[in-house]
Amino acid sequence: MAEIALNNVTKRYADGTLAVDDFNLTIADEEFVILVGPSGCGKSTTLNMIAGLEDISEGELVIDGERVNDRAPRDRDIAMVFQSYALYPHMTVRENIGFPLRLAGMDKAEAGRKIENAAQILDIESLLDRKPAHLSGGQRQRVAMGRAIVRNPKAFLMDEPLSNLDAKLRVQMRTMISRLQNDLGTTTVYVTHDQTEAMTLGDRIVLMRKGIVQQVGAPEELYGKPDNLFVAGFIGSPSMNFMSAEVTGDGLESLLGRTPLSAETRGKLAEHGSPQQVIMGIRPEAFEDVRMVHADERQLTYSGTVNILESLGAEKYVYIDLADTAAVKSEHLAEAFQGSVADPRKAQLVARLDGRSPAREGQRIDLDFTAESIHLFHPETGRNITI
Amino acid sequence: MGRNVRWSIINVVVILYALIPVVWIASLSFKDPSSITDGSFIPNKWTWSNYSGIFKNDDFVRGLINSIGIGVISTVIAILIGMMAAYAVARLEFPGKNLVLGVSLLISMFPQISLVTPLFQIERSLGLFDTWLGLIIPYITFALPLTIFTLSNFFREIPWDLEKAAKMDGATSAQAFRMVIAPLATPGVVTTAILAFIVCWNDFLFSISLTSTTRARTAPATISFFTGSSQFEDPTGSIAAAAVVITIPIVLFVLFFQRRIVSGLTSGAVKG
Repeated sequence: MAEIALNNVTKRYADGTLAVDDFNLTIADEEFVILVGPSGCGKSTTLNMIAGLEDISEGELVIDGERVNDRAPRDRDIAMVFQSYALYPHMTVRENIGFPLRLAGMDKAEAGRKIENAAQILDIESLLDRKPAHLSGGQRQRVAMGRAIVRNPKAFLMDEPLSNLDAKLRVQMRTMISRLQNDLGTTTVYVTHDQTEAMTLGDRIVLMRKGIVQQVGAPEELYGKPDNLFVAGFIGSPSMNFMSAEVTGDGLESLLGRTPLSAETRGKLAEHGSPQQVIMGIRPEAFEDVRMVHADERQLTYSGTVNILESLGAEKYVYIDLADTAAVKSEHLAEAFQGSVADPRKAQLVARLDGRSPAREGQRIDLDFTAESIHLFHPETGRNITI
Repeated sequence: MGRNVRWSIINVVVILYALIPVVWIASLSFKDPSSITDGSFIPNKWTWSNYSGIFKNDDFVRGLINSIGIGVISTVIAILIGMMAAYAVARLEFPGKNLVLGVSLLISMFPQISLVTPLFQIERSLGLFDTWLGLIIPYITFALPLTIFTLSNFFREIPWDLEKAAKMDGATSAQAFRMVIAPLATPGVVTTAILAFIVCWNDFLFSISLTSTTRARTAPATISFFTGSSQFEDPTGSIAAAAVVITIPIVLFVLFFQRRIVSGLTSGAVKG
């Protein structure tokens, strides 16, 4: 149980690359914090610095009020779960889980009890005498967790622990980790590149890009009030729709038609130097098939032709091609969309509709949306103007 | 079917090619002096006298003891130094790393014959000539490049995450090496030790050049000093018997450790 504070932590490699730049975060006791971002954003480096596997170039790391920058990993009392699980292949599951206890010099009987206990929590009692080579991926993952929880450390560090599992198992293990952390109440720092994992697991999310923290907040905060284009594009699946728009007096001209701007939004635009051109963002969930909305509740309408329709039963995704003039070219977005299905160079609108919507491929559709669901971003800085 | 037959024929040819000289030596070693030049593949008159003869020869027994002693000591030292060097080469980034590798490669390619004369002079002036140490030192030098290269490959195959995990679990660097890395590297170390031992065991050049008496002369060099019982008699039978005797330990080693050499202990460490 511990509070972990990172004050102005910076990692600079010998060749001058800045992997982590001025990272500030205080992780409360019992908190579950997620470090998320595209590959190469410095999230694993940050985790390794907390672990003590990498040196901190500048700044300080404080665990429970003590500066631990220069302490070896073994003196930090932190357990880590690796992406590769890193089980010792020459030891049985029992020996693997018991390894930290053996190093701590705990007596055999007590260590045995603790191992049994950890195995029971993780439901791997029947595997204790096997070697890692004879375990499935999910079982190996549990053993790795067992090795972490057995010695009741101050904190858990997890480096993409689920990324080697298949989709179904990943969801199961996600729930297990969540429950485990709730039960044990151990401070946890979890690294992932998967925004779904980040949204579902964490008390707080730290979204990083190129070594710089973009936004820290609860999952709903990052989703509802993204600080900038990168956060807006990274969080949410499918990603937010972006298109260029022009501010004209009290309204906004875009491919979605003319949308009114509230007095508040106009005020904020003025604060940001009244840009003429802005980038407009709207989440797929903000749209609904007009036919599914009560006549009294309809607000703004956009009409387009459905190019592709994906039905997931409970919901339908419609993809509408937009004129290429709407395509947004921003370096902030290119990275946010890394590895996602959406192609940022192609202007298209994705809308998530109720599963009962009668939308058909190739047919025209009227989509209802509200002016409040529109985010406006500064075209150069990428900052969110609307919050 | 035709494929299998073709492969069987190729296998038989290769095995015969490799084994006939060995079998020939073995056959010679069992031949009676009177039939040694008869050219038949299977001895007409079987005899153990060649074997009993060489073991009655004190020089040969002494040579065997020298060979085993010098070989084992050289191998142990080369493995110890080689393990540390290989670990550093595989795990650390340090200035001059490539230089170290380059120099060790250079040494292993260096024609040994060109070193014999300078070594002879150096060892004579240092008093190392005709001593165990005088052979152990050059043997280590020539076994080291081999051990460093082979072992660093083995170390590279051990996932680095295991070491990090050990450190997170509370191990010191030394404990991580001893309890996690070393057990996993055992097959590699055994393989390398056998290879290094063979290098020392088989050496003839240094042994013949850097010794003058049976004090440190190893078995292969001793064999060249065999004489027949009279000056008209060829020691062919004895030489063949001695050759068989010094080959046996190597064959046993490889047979005994074959499974360890082949099996990779690292399976199951990480996803795969």
